[in-house]
Amino acid sequence: MEEDAAPAAASSPAAAEEDIAMAEAGEIQGVVEDAKPVQPPSAQTAEDEDMGVEIKQERRTELKLEDLFAGMDSDDDGDFPSSSNPINGQEPVEADTQDASVELLRIYYQRFFPWRYMFQWLNHSPVPTNDFKHREFSLWLHNDAVMRYQSYTTSDLFRKDVLRLMPRRIEIGPVYTADPRDRKTFRNSTAFQPMAKELCFDIDLTDYDDIRTCCDKANICSKCWKFTTMAIKVLDTALREDFGYNHILWVYSGRRGVHAWVCDKKARALNDHHRKAIAAYFEVVSGKQGGKKVNIRRPLHPHLSRSIDILKDHFQQDVLETQDPWQTPDKADTLLLQHIPDLQLREALRKKWESSPGRASSAKWADIDALAHTDASGALESRDLLDAKQDVLLEHTYPRLDTAVSQKLNHLLKSPFVIHPGTGRVCVPIDHRGAALDAFDPLAVPTLQGLVREIDAWTDADGAAAALAAVEVSEGTAAAGGSSQDVKHVQDWEKTSLKPYIEYFRSFVTALMKDEREAVVKREREEDGEVEVKVESLDF
Amino acid sequence: MNRIDAKRRNVLDHRKKQFADPSYKDTQYPHRLNFYATPPTADITLEQFEQWAIDRLRILAELEACSFRNRTPAETALHMKPLLDKYLPLDASSSGHSQLHLQRQKDHYSHFILRLAFASTEDLRRRFARVETMLFRLRFQADDSRERAAFVRTLNLDWEPVSEAEKRELAPQLATTIGFGYGKRAQQVLDEEWCKVDWMRVPDLIESRKVYVRAGKAYVPGREQQSMVLNAYTKRLEQALELTARALPRLDEDDRLTPILNHLSKNFIAPDSGYTGSGAAIEGAEMTARNIDNLSQHFPMCMTHLHRSLRRDAHLKHFGRLQYSLFLKGIGLNLEECLVFWRSAFNKITDDTFNKEYRYNVRHVYGDVGGDSNRRSGGYSPYSCQKILTEHAPGPGDAHGCPYRHFSLENLTTLLRASGVADRAVLQGVKEDTESQKFHMACNRVFEHLHKTEMKRARDDGVMTAAQLETIVHPNEYFKRSYLLKNMDGGKPQQKQQQGDVKMER
Repeated sequence: MEEDAAPAAASSPAAAEEDIAMAEAGEIQGVVEDAKPVQPPSAQTAEDEDMGVEIKQERRTELKLEDLFAGMDSDDDGDFPSSSNPINGQEPVEADTQDASVELLRIYYQRFFPWRYMFQWLNHSPVPTNDFKHREFSLWLHNDAVMRYQSYTTSDLFRKDVLRLMPRRIEIGPVYTADPRDRKTFRNSTAFQPMAKELCFDIDLTDYDDIRTCCDKANICSKCWKFTTMAIKVLDTALREDFGYNHILWVYSGRRGVHAWVCDKKARALNDHHRKAIAAYFEVVSGKQGGKKVNIRRPLHPHLSRSIDILKDHFQQDVLETQDPWQTPDKADTLLLQHIPDLQLREALRKKWESSPGRASSAKWADIDALAHTDASGALESRDLLDAKQDVLLEHTYPRLDTAVSQKLNHLLKSPFVIHPGTGRVCVPIDHRGAALDAFDPLAVPTLQGLVREIDAWTDADGAAAALAAVEVSEGTAAAGGSSQDVKHVQDWEKTSLKPYIEYFRSFVTALMKDEREAVVKREREEDGEVEVKVESLDF
Repeated sequence: MNRIDAKRRNVLDHRKKQFADPSYKDTQYPHRLNFYATPPTADITLEQFEQWAIDRLRILAELEACSFRNRTPAETALHMKPLLDKYLPLDASSSGHSQLHLQRQKDHYSHFILRLAFASTEDLRRRFARVETMLFRLRFQADDSRERAAFVRTLNLDWEPVSEAEKRELAPQLATTIGFGYGKRAQQVLDEEWCKVDWMRVPDLIESRKVYVRAGKAYVPGREQQSMVLNAYTKRLEQALELTARALPRLDEDDRLTPILNHLSKNFIAPDSGYTGSGAAIEGAEMTARNIDNLSQHFPMCMTHLHRSLRRDAHLKHFGRLQYSLFLKGIGLNLEECLVFWRSAFNKITDDTFNKEYRYNVRHVYGDVGGDSNRRSGGYSPYSCQKILTEHAPGPGDAHGCPYRHFSLENLTTLLRASGVADRAVLQGVKEDTESQKFHMACNRVFEHLHKTEMKRARDDGVMTAAQLETIVHPNEYFKRSYLLKNMDGGKPQQKQQQGDVKMER
């Protein structure tokens, strides 16, 4: 079914629509995993949790709006019983916006999406290799069906298929031992196995809800975004220093989180066992409700003491002062007092804070030391107290990961540069380097509508001046990036605010490809001198 | 088995090669520990072959017993030390012991002999690998730290020792991964043997943040190295056993080594829970080889059948011999008499064949030979009904098993009639019992029928209480009760004494 539909370049939109319908019908009748109707949320959440959760979240917020108008009970989690009504109610509205958004998406995929770099990123070489050909893509269509196990031999076919199907979301899976489209032709399951995938991490701000005071659920602001910034710093440092990985791509997930793609060859080849180990290495704050969330051995592992060094300032500023997490007495109790090992001290603190309600978190934090010093038993307990304070600090700052994403080789993750369907924001890469990371504002990233406006504005304005400016800039990037390309022809993305992100991505991919190529050359040089020539001839 | 050709040193002219015996380099044992990567090639005598294997088996069985008893590593080491010194001494290179080479050779050879014996089934392989790893761990821990380091270096485990300079540089980080508490650990860091490995080699240590990692290299302290070495040892041994198992059918040899190997592996079977009814001889009964025919009137059907088959064929197959030998041992026949019994029963074979093929088996049952635990526990316990009913169902030509369970109704009836059970009601009862899988009931029904007058008298006289006449669940109990009932007149006082003893044991 899909074999017929995919390679045939769909010429007319009508034909394309038919193709989709056919493909879907076939898929749905065939194997369940290929096409999962997203409509009933429960069916789909069971299959893949991470995406399911996200969708559910969207729906939940939509529901809330509906509920406000309808005056209905809103505490339902968006599952079937009460959801049928509101969804039916909003469908006509959705249809209208859907047509418009499909049109916008078409523009985006045609003119902005960095096909070439995406291809290079996944392919690790200019000519198509199995790294790309055997890679699974899964496309989320507008009618809420998911097409899994799509694969493409070239970047061009990938582009064509996406333009034909207009997925609202593209996910990237592992590289398999064989072409994912041929998976059903293998009799034994061992012939079709996931082989490699980037090591991925997923941080979601909803996991911080108990210590976030500014927003909750899917909402974010620049205040709570700081949690992500801290998390990126800690993880990025550890991945580089401890595990020796160099090619780590951080991507804004479009709404309330970030994804990390560790693209080093060694990281891609990790098996599930190793991935689990690495995920556990980074699991410090365990998600149990209530009680102590940080349980770590003393003396502190070097990774943790370094993390504390990184997080210290953030804790003071971004948590204690900005978030003020211990405003209310019960928050102060569960998040802070429960950790104080000395009961006397705990009671003294409680009394002190009761007498002065509304005391700021940073003041409360300082109170601990102040009271401990005056306390007679303090000297004995100072080590315990320090440990407890470290635990509190880690609980409020250390990255909270969705480990399911990291543990499995065959876990799908949303591709960079996809448009988040809920917010319209582009899932742009985040520069991990100090100032750029601190400056990243998730609310200011390019949106689909914004990009279209920008490109319209650009063509309307006097082309010459803008073109001149663009040439200047692109010359600068050509010098910086090292690859000689498109100095004359200005691409559409260069005319918009998407430009710095794609340029960052390009430099990332270039560095990755350079490393891969060097590894190949080195290996082949060891084996045989003359192969080197061949490798160089492959160079573009 | 998996001989490595490179080791084969061809010292001869190649034209004469085909007529020459293969010659090998003498194996050197530079280290006390051994990963047993190369099989032995020198000649040893059959006696050595067996003795060395048995000695090692003794150690292994004892080690396993220690783990069953949940002994701590320290207790185990303490317990094992005298045994190891006696049966499998292995001294450090620094000890300058004159027998060093011999000790290590024995260790090496016995390991490979047992590999042959325990490669046959998955179960044995797993067990063997487990106890061998225990033994290796014990020795590894006891080893001199310098010699151990030298040994580990030879393993090619892809480790890089951490230099003194690097140790000093990373001391603060490394210190956090050894020991608990906040004591001064700087010196410990320098004393410890650190090594660098790719972190992917030790995912478990990474997972629990037990080691320091830098740039993808995990810094593993000495004591964690142990688990890595042990993992590598187990893994390699399991692979080697797998290969051995595949090569076993090609071991083109069956009269010298195979019987020994079979005995060895059988000895490794877990001991039975034991015959609680005491195997002590019954007072007044003459327990001799000659008297067995006479005593066989007291045997339960399973043993009666074995006895008759033996007399008819002058032979019993393996499990038949085992079941019957154990039963005879249980009724109080000693080893000498038992050997005489079997020798005379197997009257169609030569002394030589008997000694080679059957003698060891019988001695083994009595715990006269075999591993230490076998010897100290006095061999196997007599089989209970449960065991006879559930294990080793008899095949064609076998005489063991439980007639009530394993016989067809015709054969069972024939057997019962031949044993003097002719009463139709009883036979009908037995039929119903066996059909409803109540084999005990059938056996007890037959017992009661055969002893009904004696039992009535015993009950009337109050010689035996109801408790002593409860359901029989052990062939030896059947014999004892039968014998006592039939000889009630013979020696009442002794009987009472005997019963008292039995009671106390319950």
